[in-house]
Amino acid sequence: MEFVFSEENLRKIENILKKYPVKKAAVMPVLYVAQEQNGWISTEVMREVARILEIPEEDVLGVATFYTMYHKKPAGKYHLQVCTNVSCMLRGGYAVYDAVKNKYGLKNGSVTDDGKYSLEEVECMGSCGTAPMIAINEDYFENLTPEQALAIIESMK
Amino acid sequence: MERIVLPEIENLHNIDVYIANNGFAAARKALLMSPDDIIDVVKKSGLRGRGGAAFSTGLKWSFMPKSTDKPKYLCINGDESEPGSFKDRQIFEFNPHQLIEGIIITCYAIQAKSAYLYIRGEYHKWVNLMETALETAYARGFVGEEMKKTFNTDFSCNIYIHKGAGAYICGEESSLMNSIEGKRGYPRVKPPFPAQNGLWGNPTTINNVETITNIPPIINKGWEWFSAIGEPKHPGTILFGVSGHVNKPGVYELPSGTLLTDVIYNYAGGVPGNKKIKCVIPGGSSMPPLRGDQLEGIKMDAESLRAAGSAIGTGGIMVMDEDTDLVKVLARIAKFYYHESCGQCTPCREGTGWMLKLLNRIVNGEGSQRDIDLLLSVANNIEGNTVCALGEAAAWPVKFMLMRFRDEFEARVSPHINLEPKNKVHSMRHTVNPIDKVEI
Repeated sequence: MEFVFSEENLRKIENILKKYPVKKAAVMPVLYVAQEQNGWISTEVMREVARILEIPEEDVLGVATFYTMYHKKPAGKYHLQVCTNVSCMLRGGYAVYDAVKNKYGLKNGSVTDDGKYSLEEVECMGSCGTAPMIAINEDYFENLTPEQALAIIESMK
Repeated sequence: MERIVLPEIENLHNIDVYIANNGFAAARKALLMSPDDIIDVVKKSGLRGRGGAAFSTGLKWSFMPKSTDKPKYLCINGDESEPGSFKDRQIFEFNPHQLIEGIIITCYAIQAKSAYLYIRGEYHKWVNLMETALETAYARGFVGEEMKKTFNTDFSCNIYIHKGAGAYICGEESSLMNSIEGKRGYPRVKPPFPAQNGLWGNPTTINNVETITNIPPIINKGWEWFSAIGEPKHPGTILFGVSGHVNKPGVYELPSGTLLTDVIYNYAGGVPGNKKIKCVIPGGSSMPPLRGDQLEGIKMDAESLRAAGSAIGTGGIMVMDEDTDLVKVLARIAKFYYHESCGQCTPCREGTGWMLKLLNRIVNGEGSQRDIDLLLSVANNIEGNTVCALGEAAAWPVKFMLMRFRDEFEARVSPHINLEPKNKVHSMRHTVNPIDKVEI
C-alpha cells in the first residue's frame, strides 16, 4: 500500500530537519511522525522515510527494527504496555499483566481480533516508585491493582 | 535540610515562579565569567556525575579541546532506563528550567553551540512538559539567538530535544550519540573518547540530567558551599529513588552519605508488615545486590558503597523483603538484559540468553547443581569482554546474587537431576532437560 506524508506532517518534518546538521539524524523523529499517521511502520513507510531523508532504505530498516517503540506490525487501537520489571514485579506487576492477558486472551505482542487492544510486556518504564503500572498508548496509569487496571482498560472506548 | 535539585517551591515548573526564585541568575553570573573559571568552580565543587559512573564533572568538561575549528556539542542524558531509576522524570516535571539553565551554563563552559537533550521514548508526558518549558525559555529569550540580548553577551546556544524509542542501551553515552545521529544504538569502541570524537566526529560532552541540574546552584552559591554538603569525596545531594517493598516508595533528595538504613526506614517508611529485609540493590538493577545483614552502617555515596561491595549507580534503591523469591528476581533481571543487549558483542548477545535460560530452568525446578557453576562461568565470560558496560551490568547481578545468596539457589536445584551430557561432543543439547526447550 502506497504511503505519503500528509501536508501537515511534511511541515512537521521540515521543522525536525532544522534541529540536526545532517538529514540522516532526523530518522527517529520522522519515524515517529510516520507511525502517528500510519499506525505502524510498514515497508512502504520505511521507503518513503528513506526517500525524504535521502538515505539508504536499509538504514531506515535498521533503525526501525532496533528500537522497540516502532511497531513493525499493526498494534491495537489501545496498545497496553505492562511493566513486569523487578520494582513492578515486587509490587504485583505480574498480577496486573496476567489479569490483562487472561481477560482479553492476549499474549505478549498479540492483538485482539477486533483490533482494539494489543499487549506488550515492557521493560522498566520509570514508574518504580508508583508501581505497578500500565501504559495505554502514551499515557501512564500508576499505583494499580489488577481490578483498577482492567477498569481503566474497559473505560477506553 | 536543603534541597538543591528539587526544591520545595510550588509551581517551580512555571518560568515566572522560577525567575522569582533567583532563576537564570546563575546563567547571568556565569556568562560574565570565563569558561575556564566555570570549569574550575565545578571541579572544586567536587560534583560527580549522577548517571552511574560518578566521574568528576569538572574534569570531564576539561577534556574538551580548547583550540579546534570543529563545532562542539553537549548531550544531556535523560534516557533513564535503568530498572529502579525514576529520578530524572521528577526534574522534567517539577524543575525543568533549572535543567535548562544548567544546560546554558554548561554549553558556555565547554563552548558548545548546540545541546541535545535525550529523553527516553516512553516518557511522552515528560517530553511534552520539557518541550513546553523549552519553548517558554526560548520565547522569554533565555535560549537561542535572543539570549545575547537578554544576558548582554556574545554567546548563544540552542537546545534540542531528541526522543528515544525504547532502547536501554541508549543510556550508554556513545550509543546515545549514535542514536542522535540516526543510527542503531550500538555503543562505540573507546578510545577515541567523546571529547575528541563524539557527535558527528566532533568534540562532545555527555552529562546526566541530574548532574546538569546541580550546576546553577553551584554557580550561585559557590563551590565551597556545595563541597560542604554530604560526604566530602562525593558531595552534594543525590536523588534516591526507593522502590519495591517499602511503605512510601518515591524519590528522596538527601545529602550523599546518608545511611542506607535511614533512607529505607526513616524516609521510605520501612518495610510493609515490619518484615525483615532480605536483599537491597542500592543503585539500579545493574549494581551488585546486598544481603540484608550487610546493610547496617552503609553510607550512600560512591566510595562507601564500593567499600561495601556494591556501587552507587543511579541511586535507585530496590528493597526486597524476607519473603522475596530471589531466584525469580534474578531471572527477571536476566530477562531484562537479554532483551536489552544490543547484539553487537557476542559474549553479551549470547551470554545474556544463556543466563536467562539457565535461570528459568532453575525457577522451573529443573536445574542441576552444575547450572549454578555454569551461570557463574557465563557471567565471568561476559564481564570485561564487551564494548560497553552492559556486559558488566548483566554479569554483576548474576555473579553477586550467586555469591551472596548461593544457598537460595542451591535449595532450588536438585541433586537428582543429572545434566551430564550423553554425548560429550554435542554437550548440552543431549541432556535430560534440553536448554533450548526452556521458554524465554
